[in-house]
Amino acid sequence: MDFTLSEEQLMFAETARSLFADSCTPDHWRRMMEAGEAIDPARWAAIVETGLTLVLLPESAGGIDLTETDFALIAQEAGYVALPEPLIESAGVAAPMLAALAPDHALLADPTATIAIAHPANPYVANADSAGGIILHDGGDAWLATPDQVTLTAQPSIDPFRRLFSVAWDKDKATALGRADWNLAFDRAALFNAAFALGLAQRSVDLAVDYAKERQQFGKPIGSYQAVKHHLASAQVAIEFAKPVVAAAAAEIGARDTQARARVSHAKLVALEAADKAARAAIQVHGAMGYSWEVDVHLFLKRALALTQTWGTPSTHRARIATRIFTQPMGPDQTFARETENA
Amino acid sequence: MDLNYTPEQQAFRAEVRAWLEAHVPSEPLEHFDATREGFEAHREWEKTLKSGDWGMVTWPREYGGRGLDLIEWLIFEEEYYRAGAPGRVNQNGIFLLGPTLIEFGTHEQKQRFLPRMASGEEIWAQAWSEPMAGSDLAGVRATATREGDDYILNGHKIWSSRAVFADWAFGLFREPGSERHKGMSLIFFPLDAPGVTVNAIKKINGHVGFAEIFLENVRVPAFNRLGEEGQGWHICMATAGFERGLMLRSPARYQVAAKKLAELWAANKETADPGLEADVVRAHMNADAYALNIYQTASRLMAGAKIGPEASTNKIFWSEMDIHLTQTALNILGPQAELTHEAPDACAVDWIDDYIFALAGPIYAGSNEIQRNIIAERMLGLPR
Ligand SMILES: Cc1cc2nc3c(=O)[nH]c(=O)nc-3n(C[C@H](O)[C@H](O)[C@H](O)COP(=O)(O)OP(=O)(O)OC[C@H]3O[C@@H](n4cnc5c(N)ncnc54)[C@H](O)[C@@H]3O)c2cc1C
Repeated sequence: MDFTLSEEQLMFAETARSLFADSCTPDHWRRMMEAGEAIDPARWAAIVETGLTLVLLPESAGGIDLTETDFALIAQEAGYVALPEPLIESAGVAAPMLAALAPDHALLADPTATIAIAHPANPYVANADSAGGIILHDGGDAWLATPDQVTLTAQPSIDPFRRLFSVAWDKDKATALGRADWNLAFDRAALFNAAFALGLAQRSVDLAVDYAKERQQFGKPIGSYQAVKHHLASAQVAIEFAKPVVAAAAAEIGARDTQARARVSHAKLVALEAADKAARAAIQVHGAMGYSWEVDVHLFLKRALALTQTWGTPSTHRARIATRIFTQPMGPDQTFARETENA
Repeated sequence: MDLNYTPEQQAFRAEVRAWLEAHVPSEPLEHFDATREGFEAHREWEKTLKSGDWGMVTWPREYGGRGLDLIEWLIFEEEYYRAGAPGRVNQNGIFLLGPTLIEFGTHEQKQRFLPRMASGEEIWAQAWSEPMAGSDLAGVRATATREGDDYILNGHKIWSSRAVFADWAFGLFREPGSERHKGMSLIFFPLDAPGVTVNAIKKINGHVGFAEIFLENVRVPAFNRLGEEGQGWHICMATAGFERGLMLRSPARYQVAAKKLAELWAANKETADPGLEADVVRAHMNADAYALNIYQTASRLMAGAKIGPEASTNKIFWSEMDIHLTQTALNILGPQAELTHEAPDACAVDWIDDYIFALAGPIYAGSNEIQRNIIAERMLGLPR
């Protein structure tokens, strides 16, 4: 039993952090927003070059075959900058699914191509227009098509960087990939979005802390007032207690049993609650500035809002935890128990 | 990261389980804060525990422990709560003072105090709070005046849990004339020493769990000072770190409660408000998150980290979790919730007692308001 990360894992996360810190600042997003773009090709190229898109791919598909824990750390760093590019859905969910079905597929050989996924859990497909391929679902089977082989109807999101589409498609114009593991895709997406949300949450708190040190009212920085402190402290408590749940979910996702599914759901619920709580606290602490387009906090709020309802709504995830509670042994010796043992 | 127990850890769990199965009293003991008899029954239980070397598993063997690590301590606690073993009457000693003594005490002090603490022979009270110094602990006025190799203690302590029945207390005293964080020392005194008067204060549940302590020219040897003279504040903050961060509330307590809550829900689901299931799920999530957080902290400490201001997040989390959990139980019970255990229709589990106790959580061990200040100032760096 050891709940700590390895040196390599921490170093990898550090690499991602500095890459994002340099290339994904609020100025970068704002230029993209003005231009109506959801992907910055230069940044995406840097992400690809650093190997972040290869983490979960097996070596047979040109990947580096690391674990969900490694990818979750990257996702958390991506959340800290509210990364616009579809790193999670493409490299964390769709590409590994394609690699499992067709390791030699040309799309995997093109490192800069993104892959979108139309999962039955989601009515809309994110970033389908810019994807090199879209994985489609039909009764448990996966199919693949390019954006020009399907009909996309834009469904604009409150989050300017989430480009959502309804997809109509025809088997004649798609390629069959065979039976796919949609549950694994769902769990990975929920887990990585939870990790991303931890980043969103921490950034909201950090932005508010910076502001609260600067902004003066009644002759003092507002951060010296207790009501302001307590908003942010409460958000930080939520973050601190979501972190180990996300870490445990990442470590256990491979068990694919009732406990692991419940833990992924737990991670998704609490990390997004923390992101929501932190973003709302940050808006409150910024006062009217926080309600302005100019201040960056709203982007973190909007991403949290979007991710809360996608890849399983809160009630879907609560139901999976209820299943764990009412079908598996509970109690103090069951924290890390698996489905059959101790039962 | 490896979230599996090692074979040694599993064997250890089996050993603890077997011992507890053979020794845990079949009838629950009377509460240690209710009467002297209840208190002494718990002292007997502590002696039984020590007979199996389970007094305080993390301490070195030479001081009455087993020399086990923090993960083994968590396993021990899990089995302890799972077995429904009696509450630890000496928790102020073993969980708060003990770790601090191990860190700051001399070899002689450890030899003198730890084994008797682990066996329940000497049961400890914490004498920090004063009538004018609660949240503002640096406002403590009780004094320790040096006289040769002794200290003369004077002052008035209050809210000291279990001091009515306990044998020893560890208190915060200052050099006369010193101010705030400077000049404080952490000093031990026997509660039956000449000049000590202990008065019981009833809690809202009717138990005599609190005491007020008057000290009038109480003489203790300088040997009873933990750490350097004047370093009391620093040492107390280390104790507070253990209290808030780890030892005082091991996760197993809430995991047992969450399990009982799930059982209560299953038994009442036909009649209770269906919306309450979400709260039952939440209670499980909270207990699970707390356990994971503590396992993570334990792993970090074992890898050489120190407890920092993030300990304050724990205190807020467990105290709020406890209220939510017990309140959910009351909501499931409906009209039966208010019944005391003497009532013919009382439910098997004393949820109302647990709820009333939970209400103290945001106050003791440093109020949650103070914890939020600590988080904001020391974790987030906001100005004072
Ligand atoms: C069940 C129980 C057991 C206890 N056991 C012990 C024990 O064994 N030994 C011991 O020494 N003490 C013990 N205490 C005392 C406990 O540590 C104090 O009650 C606590 O530190 C608060 O101090 P106070 O009661 O003087 O409240 P006060 O400090 O007077 O506070 C009253 C209220 O004001 C708030 N407040 C105070 N200052 C601030 C501030 N700066 N910012 C915001 N809010 C503030 C507090 O949060 C609280 O809500 C126990 C208390 C309880 C309830």
